[in-house]
Amino acid sequence: MVMNDKKLQVSAIKNGTVIDHIPASGLFKVIKILGLDKLEKQITFGTNLESKRLGLKAIIKLADIFFLDDDINKISLIAPDAKLNIIKDYKVVEKKIVEVPDTITGIAKCGNPKCITNHEGIKSRFTVVNKKQVAIKCHYCEKITDSAHMEIF
Amino acid sequence: MENNHLISITDYSKEEIFKILDLAAEFERNPNQNLLNNKVIATLFFEPSTRTRLSFESAISRLGGKYIGFTDASSSSVSKGESLKDTIMTVANYSDMIIMRHPIEGSARWASEVSRVPVVNAGDGANQHPTQTLLDLYSIRKTQGTLDNLNIIFVGDLKYGRTVHSLLQAMAMFNTTYHFVSPKELRIPDEYKIFLDRKGLKYHEYRDLNETVNDADIIYMTRIQRERFSDPMEYEKTKNSYVLKNEMLENTKDNMKVLHPLPRVNEIDVNVDENEKAYYFTQALNGVYTRQAIITHILGLKK
Repeated sequence: MVMNDKKLQVSAIKNGTVIDHIPASGLFKVIKILGLDKLEKQITFGTNLESKRLGLKAIIKLADIFFLDDDINKISLIAPDAKLNIIKDYKVVEKKIVEVPDTITGIAKCGNPKCITNHEGIKSRFTVVNKKQVAIKCHYCEKITDSAHMEIF
Repeated sequence: MENNHLISITDYSKEEIFKILDLAAEFERNPNQNLLNNKVIATLFFEPSTRTRLSFESAISRLGGKYIGFTDASSSSVSKGESLKDTIMTVANYSDMIIMRHPIEGSARWASEVSRVPVVNAGDGANQHPTQTLLDLYSIRKTQGTLDNLNIIFVGDLKYGRTVHSLLQAMAMFNTTYHFVSPKELRIPDEYKIFLDRKGLKYHEYRDLNETVNDADIIYMTRIQRERFSDPMEYEKTKNSYVLKNEMLENTKDNMKVLHPLPRVNEIDVNVDENEKAYYFTQALNGVYTRQAIITHILGLKK
């Protein structure tokens, strides 16, 4: 049964977090946004796994790591359908979905080539003006960047 | 104390806008007031804008203040590669307020975050030019007696014209009906139509200026620039179809006034200048009063 397969994957860590339903193409950006490349805990990545909804998906299993909502929500620009399983003692104790935050700092690049953030070393800042079809408004140049034109650092 | 800046017209509430307009009216009655005695204001023009700079410098001079600055980036350390942040942090040490014009969008907001003195945005690229918007609002209120429930026609370059975008945003607080007259290539961008839809405000689009002038309370003219057209043929075809002529004003309302942020090229026929409905030169004069109001308000010199 499919459910059992899934459980088996998830229960491979004793305590920690499993991030599932990441689009395969976004895996490395998610790693970068969450700074996983700098962590010293045991982390397992799987990518190009079949997914009915996403085509190809990726999964990340992180032993002994738990995220704050604010931190994990940063990946919503890349992986809006991501689901989190919080594992304690081999059991899924909590399931979470990511939410697009109200503001975004330092992750996305402003789509306006004439924006100051693309000319001086300034951390980008946006307010989210549309959460469904993600669109963000630059705090500096006030231009709106939609998901099709969004570049993630 | 947190600094008071003026970066975007959207930073100001309706109350603050009225405060500025009331103060401007006071300066119109009594323009020479020695309120900036012993104050130094920096006017940093990273790109030339003679009109805006002279208007600010006139406002400062009438208030008895001194100003320092540069009139284009080539005469400043920017040409040596200095960052905006460094320029602003340095000049903030020399002055009580920074007024800046910069070609890069968002530069004024960034400057306000690194400056220890108030920053006034005198235009950041195609983004905002809030002091222009306030003087436009002053001119509209002065000529119409109100800002509420007016019919405004915007003519010309509605795609890139930041004065149009900022005034449109500000007028959305006053139940305005909008009429947009522009060539196809320079139509009002969708984001502003979405903005007006959300506010439940009415707007109409036209290709022909003759279609709509008779209902107007204000005609806001803008310049169509050749470089905005991808096709030079298209520019040649359209450049003369958005020109306001005296005969077009014959059946317009008595209260109607023609505004233009200036400089004008040929989009208003010179013989309109004599028409009592032409208001653009007085509008420029209002700019001095409005800037006096903005400077003294921000520095807390006028309660």
